[in-house]
Amino acid sequence: MADPAIDANVTPPRMEVSEEIAVQITDMNKWYGSFHVLRDINLTVHRGERIVICGPSGSGKSTLIRCINALEEHQKGRIEVDGTLLSSDLKNIDKIRSEVGMCFQHFNLFPHLTILENCTLAPIWVRKTPKKEAEQAAMHFLEKVKIPDQANKYPGQLSGGQQQRVAIARSLCMKPRIMLFDEPTSALDPEMIKEVLDTMIELAEEGMTMLCVTHEMGFAQAVANRVIFMDQGQIVEQNEPKEFFNNPKSDRTKLFLSQILGH
Amino acid sequence: MSDTHAQTVGYVRDTMIDEQPAPVGQTGAVKWIRENLFSGVINTLLTVISLYVIWVVVSHLYPWLANSIWDAGSLTECREIRDATVGPDAPAACFAVITDRWQQLVFGFYPPEHYWRPVVALLVFLAAIAPVLFQGIPRRALWLSAAAPFVLFALLWGGSIWGPVAVALGFVIGFVVYRVLLPLAGNLAAVLGAIIVPLLYWLFLAGPLAGALTSVAPIGLEYVQSKDFGGFTLSVVIGVSAIILSLPLGILLALGRQSNLFIINKISVAFIEVIRGVPLIVWLFTASLLLNYFLPPGTNFDLMLRVIIMVTLFSAAYIAEVVRGGLAALPKGQYEGASSLGLDYWQSMRLIILPQALKISIPGIVNTFIGLFKDTTLVVFIGLLDPIGLSNAIRASTDWNGVYWELFVFIGLMFFIACFSMGRYSLYLEKKLQREHR
Repeated sequence: MADPAIDANVTPPRMEVSEEIAVQITDMNKWYGSFHVLRDINLTVHRGERIVICGPSGSGKSTLIRCINALEEHQKGRIEVDGTLLSSDLKNIDKIRSEVGMCFQHFNLFPHLTILENCTLAPIWVRKTPKKEAEQAAMHFLEKVKIPDQANKYPGQLSGGQQQRVAIARSLCMKPRIMLFDEPTSALDPEMIKEVLDTMIELAEEGMTMLCVTHEMGFAQAVANRVIFMDQGQIVEQNEPKEFFNNPKSDRTKLFLSQILGH
Repeated sequence: MSDTHAQTVGYVRDTMIDEQPAPVGQTGAVKWIRENLFSGVINTLLTVISLYVIWVVVSHLYPWLANSIWDAGSLTECREIRDATVGPDAPAACFAVITDRWQQLVFGFYPPEHYWRPVVALLVFLAAIAPVLFQGIPRRALWLSAAAPFVLFALLWGGSIWGPVAVALGFVIGFVVYRVLLPLAGNLAAVLGAIIVPLLYWLFLAGPLAGALTSVAPIGLEYVQSKDFGGFTLSVVIGVSAIILSLPLGILLALGRQSNLFIINKISVAFIEVIRGVPLIVWLFTASLLLNYFLPPGTNFDLMLRVIIMVTLFSAAYIAEVVRGGLAALPKGQYEGASSLGLDYWQSMRLIILPQALKISIPGIVNTFIGLFKDTTLVVFIGLLDPIGLSNAIRASTDWNGVYWELFVFIGLMFFIACFSMGRYSLYLEKKLQREHR
């Protein structure tokens, strides 16, 4: 097996995982019409955990994390986020969504608003933060993702990597307790992948609870404390990154790893 | 270059070439004419034919306009002047009909001593619409815009000013009820309260209140009946009211058609399809004749108001479809981006989805408005005297029997100015809202 992108000998930074449960998924099933996308998913995420979810396309990994903030609804089982049970109650859903940040493959920034307005919109309207305060907070997070000088531009004027970092800053402005990443680097040029991954690594080091669907195995080795492999809507294998990459148990995992790492 | 390459791969330029003018005939007007008008046999032929057609049109139109007569009391007088000045058979437009009857074309049968009222109303309307259309004006001015409909009503129709004041008060009551109920009973109850309380107020309290206030302080302008409205005043009042009312209604219908809520969805679809599937003229006849059968006997429902309602509903159905196109053009990610931040439905529509969808829909929306404004001339068929109706009335007088072109040129020009301005504004707005591409 070829070496992963990031040196595996570098010890991941010490990041505490607490006993507190952030997300609890029990016997969750989802269907698209008659197609059974997710089957008996059981997953417990503790506060401070960094989980990487990988798997072939169509394995349901994006659907899984989109269920956590109810962008997709599940038909069976329980999902509990931060102690709140996800039900069809709109109040609950909006509450959970405001606590859970999400970054998309295509960024989904609002093109008619400036970078700063993108970041302050939700705090002002959902959290009712005064505008001044929201702008200060937004500038703080934009500095953190290293693009404060672009604050008054529109998303279309930024590069893909910058847009994705703005998307991360926009989520952070809501002070989320959990961050979901849905293939955040898949739509980026190779050069820009690093700047986004660096931002995510920094976030992980600060102890953010993260669930990340990605094909960046280097990232998984650097920051994840658990890697989950999915296939056909099921969790096939999960383990610590070192064990997962060096000593995969199931044949399906071995095949997958050989395909993505072996070129 | 390939020659150089064949001899040696290495190459160094030893002298730089100075800038030189392009060859004669490859720039400027000569080039343009050659390329666009005479680039081949067919193009040359087409150019010659086009020039001939233009000449024919201009050679007929120009003398008609150049000889036009602006000062005469009747068509016969017009002809006499023409015979005296340019000869018996020369073409000559008789625009004297416009100078003689323009007041009728503009104001209809509005009492002449009150002509200032529609004029002031137009100015008030322009002042009120400016902060909505252009961004440079302070946002506070929008409050005055909100009050403008009531001022306009009081100006145009007159009567006691307490009528419009009492009606306006209903909106204030609705707002107050919403604000009071919101912290006490939640959003849904507040919205319901803000709808029901003003409705009850309008039904039972507004009338007596206005009556009482009028008897205490009878202020107001002389009352002008709807049937006295005519000409461009009528067209503009119907057109503008319908434009302003149909936009919000159309947006709501478009959202309804997209909604997952079964009943709202089906009602919107049925409304849009039924209204759109029947010609406007049928709806206008419905408004003028049929509605009387359905309304309780004795209710006298103003014909102009009925027409405004019908035209509004009609264009709202079109607006709904145009806006639906804009909504469908937005990537799904925008909805998800808004939801993932915890914005509720109305917030994400108002702040994220509609600003973008409406921007996409601007050409279609303005197109619908232009169509609507011109369609106001259809009211002539139900007996309202719009400019076309008045042109018939003017021709019916012995003075101006036989004048067609001059009246229609004038009416057409007026409509053109209004519609062309709307089209230009749409272009300006599109340009202003232009953002870099995603």
